[in-house]
Amino acid sequence: MEIFGVPSALLGSQLLVGLINGSFYAILSLGLAIIFGLLNIINFAHGAQYMMGAFVAWIALTKFGVNYWVALLLSPIIIGALGVVIERTMLRKLYKLDHLYGLLLTFGLALIFEGLFRDQYGISGQSYPVPELLQGGINLGFMFLPIYRGWVVVAALTVCFGTWFVIEKTKLGAYLRAGTENPQIVQALGINVPLLITFTYGFGVALAAFAGVLAAPVYQVNPLMGANLIIVVFAVVVIGGMGSIMGSILTGLGLGLIEGLTRVFYPEASAVVVFVIMVIVLLVRPAGLFGKA
Amino acid sequence: MNNTNSMFARATPLLFGVLFVIGLVAPFAMYPTFLMKILCFGLFACAFNLLLGFVGLLSFGHAAFLGSAGYICGMLVRDLGVTPEVGVIGGTLAAGALGWVFGVLAIRRTGIYFAMITLALSQMVYFFVLQWKATGGEDGLQGVPRGHLFGIIDLSNNIAMYYFVFAVFCIGFAIIYRAIHSPFGQILKAIRENEPRAVSLGYDVAKFKLLAFVLSASLAGLAGATKTLVFQLASLTDVHWHMSGEVVLMTLLGGLGTILGPLVGAATIVSLQTELADSVGSWVTVIMGVIFVVCVLLFRRGIVGELQALIQRAGIR
Repeated sequence: MEIFGVPSALLGSQLLVGLINGSFYAILSLGLAIIFGLLNIINFAHGAQYMMGAFVAWIALTKFGVNYWVALLLSPIIIGALGVVIERTMLRKLYKLDHLYGLLLTFGLALIFEGLFRDQYGISGQSYPVPELLQGGINLGFMFLPIYRGWVVVAALTVCFGTWFVIEKTKLGAYLRAGTENPQIVQALGINVPLLITFTYGFGVALAAFAGVLAAPVYQVNPLMGANLIIVVFAVVVIGGMGSIMGSILTGLGLGLIEGLTRVFYPEASAVVVFVIMVIVLLVRPAGLFGKA
Repeated sequence: MNNTNSMFARATPLLFGVLFVIGLVAPFAMYPTFLMKILCFGLFACAFNLLLGFVGLLSFGHAAFLGSAGYICGMLVRDLGVTPEVGVIGGTLAAGALGWVFGVLAIRRTGIYFAMITLALSQMVYFFVLQWKATGGEDGLQGVPRGHLFGIIDLSNNIAMYYFVFAVFCIGFAIIYRAIHSPFGQILKAIRENEPRAVSLGYDVAKFKLLAFVLSASLAGLAGATKTLVFQLASLTDVHWHMSGEVVLMTLLGGLGTILGPLVGAATIVSLQTELADSVGSWVTVIMGVIFVVCVLLFRRGIVGELQALIQRAGIR
C-alpha cells in the first residue's frame, strides 16, 4: 500500500515518531508555560531536567535494580524536589529583577547539570531496556506498532490532559490561574502565593523528568539529550504562545507530526522545519497561534 | 554625583591612553595568539553588550554572527584567494545581513520571547552550517591562509597578525564608543529605560532596535572573521549555542552596560579556559555554569561595574 508514492509502513512509522516527539514537545512546552505563567521566568534548565529524569531512571535500574514503573514515579519526584530546592534557594531572589536574570540563572544551572553528567558518563548514550510488559508490537495491517511507542503517546497525552484538567477545572487550578493574573490580590485573599510558586516550579520540573523517563527506552540516555531538544521546544513555545495550556499541547503535537512528515518527504529539512514554521508564524501572526496580541 | 561624573570624564581619555599603550607593547610580554584570542572575544562581547547593556535586548543567538562571518571570511580567503582585509569585510557584511534578518523577525516580540527567537534562529544557522558541504561539516573549515594584508604585509608573522587584530579591535571599539555617546546611543538608552515613553516621544523604536541589532551583529561578525584568520580555522563551536551563552557570560561577568566590562570579562573567561583546559578537562562547562549562577545571584554589576561603584563611593566621601 502506498500513499503519495511512499510506502504506508514508512509513512506510518515516521508519523508515529513524529507523534512521540510531539508528545515530548507538548509535555515540555506545557511545563515551560506553567512555570512562565506564575514565575515569569523561562526555565532554561528544562532540557537538563528532562535529561536528569532519564538518567535517574537509568541509574535506578542499573545500580539499584529499580524497575521502570517505579522509576516513572520516583524520578519526577526526585527531580521535582531538586526543582523545589532551586526555587527556594535561588530563583526566589530574582523575582523583583528583570525577567532576563531568571533565564540566565537557569542557563547557568543547565550548564552545571550537563557538565556534571558529561564528566561522569561521557557523551556516548546509555541504552535503557523497554520494560517487559510493553515489549513487542502489534501489526496494524498498514504498519507495525511497537507497543512501547504507543504507550509513550498515551501516557504523555494522559499527563498533558490531566494537567489541563487540574488547571482549568479544579479549585487548585483556579488559584494558579488567579496567581498568574494578579499575585498581590490572590495573596491578599489569604492564599499562600510563595508556596504556590514553589509547588508550580516543582511540578513543571517534574513534568520534564517524567518526559525524560518516557524517553529513556526510545532514545539513548545521553547527557546532551535535553540541550538540543529544549531549543526546539523554545521555538514551539514561540509558535504557540504561552498564554494557553491547551494551545501548548496542540502546538507541540502538531509540530511533532509536521516534523515526522518532513522526515518522509524531505529528510534534509527535518531538523529545521520547526524553526522555519516559527519564522512564518512570526511574519504572519507575531503574537503566536494562541497568544493574545 | 556631578563631581564623580566629571571625574570619570576626565579619567576616561587617560585610561584609554594607558590601555592603548599596553595593547601596543603587550605582544612582547605575552604570547601573541593568546592576546589575539582575548581581543577577538573582547570585541565580540563589546558588540553583544551594545545590545544587552544599552538597548536591553538579550540575544541568545550571537554565535550565529560570529560563526557565519568566520565561515564566509574563511571561504573568501581560502577558496577565492582574496586578501585578508577583503575577507574580513566580506564576513562582516554577511553577518550584518544575517543580523538584519534576525532583527526583523525577533523585534516582533519582546523580552523573553526575543531571547528564544534569536536562539532558535541561530540553531537553524547551526544546522545549515553542519549540513552544507562547503563548510566542511563536522571538521570545520580548515587550513585558511592568513595571507598578505593589502597584498603586502605577511600576516603569517604572529607579531604582524597581532597588530592587525589590535587595529581591528580599536576600530570596532571606537565605533561602539561613538555609537553609545551619540544621540543615537541616547535614544537606545531611552528605549531600554522606558520603551512606551520613547514611543510617545515620537521615536520609531522598532527602527532603532533593528539598527542597533544590525550594528551589533556586524561587529560580532568583524570579531568572528578576524578570529578565523588568527586560528586559520572556522569550526562548528563558533556557531553552536554554547558560544552564544559564553558571550553572555563574558558580558555579565565584566559588567553589563559598562564600556570596558565586556573586554575585562572576555579576558577573564579566555584566561580561565586556557588555564583550566589542561587541569580539569570537561569540568570547564561546570565552572562556567557556576560563574553564571554566582554572577546572577551575587555579582550582577560585574567586575567593572563593582569597581565603578567603589570609586564612586570613594569620590563621594
